[in-house]
Amino acid sequence: MDGLLALYIFMLAAFTGYEIIAKVPVILHTPLMSGSNFIHGVVVVGAMIVLGMAETVLQQAIGFFAVALGAANAAGGYVVTERMLAMFKKKEGGQ
Amino acid sequence: MSAPFYVQGAWFVGALLFIFGLKGMSSPASARKGIVIAGYGMLLAIAATFVIPGLQNLGLMALALVLGGGGAWVSAKKVKMTDMPQMVAIYNGMGGGAAAAIAAVEFAKGEMHGLVAATLATLGALIGAVSFTGSCVAWAKLQGVLKKAHRLPAQNAVNVLLAVIAVGLGAAVIVLAPQQPELVIAFFVVALVLGLIVTLPIGGADMPVVISLFNAFTGLAVGFEGYVLGNPALIIAGIVVGAAGTLLTQLMAKAMNRPISNILFTPLAASGPGEAISGTMKEVGPIDAAAMMRYASKVIIVPGYGMAVAHAQHKVWEMTSILEEAGVEVKFAIHPVAGRMPGHMNVLLAEAGVPYDKIFDLEEINGEFGQADVALIIGANDVVNPTARTDKTSPIYGMPILNADMAQNVIVIKRGKGTGYSGVENALFYTDNCRMLYGDAQPMAGEIIQQLKAMG
Repeated sequence: MDGLLALYIFMLAAFTGYEIIAKVPVILHTPLMSGSNFIHGVVVVGAMIVLGMAETVLQQAIGFFAVALGAANAAGGYVVTERMLAMFKKKEGGQ
Repeated sequence: MSAPFYVQGAWFVGALLFIFGLKGMSSPASARKGIVIAGYGMLLAIAATFVIPGLQNLGLMALALVLGGGGAWVSAKKVKMTDMPQMVAIYNGMGGGAAAAIAAVEFAKGEMHGLVAATLATLGALIGAVSFTGSCVAWAKLQGVLKKAHRLPAQNAVNVLLAVIAVGLGAAVIVLAPQQPELVIAFFVVALVLGLIVTLPIGGADMPVVISLFNAFTGLAVGFEGYVLGNPALIIAGIVVGAAGTLLTQLMAKAMNRPISNILFTPLAASGPGEAISGTMKEVGPIDAAAMMRYASKVIIVPGYGMAVAHAQHKVWEMTSILEEAGVEVKFAIHPVAGRMPGHMNVLLAEAGVPYDKIFDLEEINGEFGQADVALIIGANDVVNPTARTDKTSPIYGMPILNADMAQNVIVIKRGKGTGYSGVENALFYTDNCRMLYGDAQPMAGEIIQQLKAMG
């Protein structure tokens, strides 16, 4: 990828992340940390590409490890966040 | 690696859904919709990756997805709400490990495209590896597997030395990687050890900030590896999380009055000398405690992690309802770091059915303690310690606290006479208007409920 183009993406993404969090009420800090934890679970996509192009047994083994870890990050992060936020939903139904 | 257009498009939509999802999660009304949107983004990104033409090892890939994803899914479903923070830590560590492993495969292939890619791959590997072992330590501490803070002699010097070695090895790897597999292995070993050594001396009370920091780290690592793989979705998701996580870490550290540098380099002393505390602790029984609250006009409840581990929140809410029926005004006061993370206590109270409009932040409620007849403190300690206001030698000096000591009467439900998470004696317990109700929060709340019912 073009180095300078990547730098633009880095900058805009950093700004986006900062802006999103800046106006968050304290009660959502924990769910939001958990939610952002889920989102970096997208690393599993990178791990899949690496495993998909692995040639030696060593590369396959490390790639397998990477995919399993990434998938655990994504799946676990999703469930934990969803469970926390489900409570907020129940509350609103009651009001 | 260039994926076909439809895969690139799917990744783009995935990244878009992540940002929308995160935006949704930043407001209580749309929070749950937000995580579901982000979840669809993830499914789309994974499904698209699966159909890239020419990818090998698809069976292995499916097996890894099922093992890792399925295992985490089941364990995340089973875990109790009180244990959520350590689960966030461990899943975060796994993400960091995955990022480091991606870099490891790239090194093993020995085909880095240019200096920038090699540098970012190495940096991502270093950060990811530190986040991996560091998060494992954080999990072990919060889970209670590791109880003590292990502190090496000259800890700070060891930290710095290890970091310098790791960076030095990383620089060597960037230049020499393809020819020197031993160098790569040494680099990873040092990076993993660095994560362990840095995190081990940090006390459990500071762990939320550390977990948040590692969360930001993993985001950065994922973003860097995304560059190496030429995948904008990884870059965007990783860097967004890196920036958001950094800000969140700062907010938490501020709420605890613990600069991040202090947490990492000079961990809280087990027990500072502090000023001598005079007076004695005075015990009270559940009958008197019930009567004090039943005939009060205003009660403020300060819940802490002790209430959560005792699973007393449902009983406390039942007690609150009885008091309200008797005409007592009851409010909940939440310290920013009550529970194990900011907002954790709100989640636990919401689980028990306590409505939002009874829950108040430190700034909102601190002025009201003066008008309260009773402040009921359940399993909280450091967050109501008045020495934080007065005693400059105390390790928790300067931390914002709830002014529970200003209430007419203070009742403290506590298991024993021990100190709080910080290890500091609590002067509040020795004041004249404070009564101690010793016991587990759940049976004690139950007894108070019975007494309240008997009073009619």
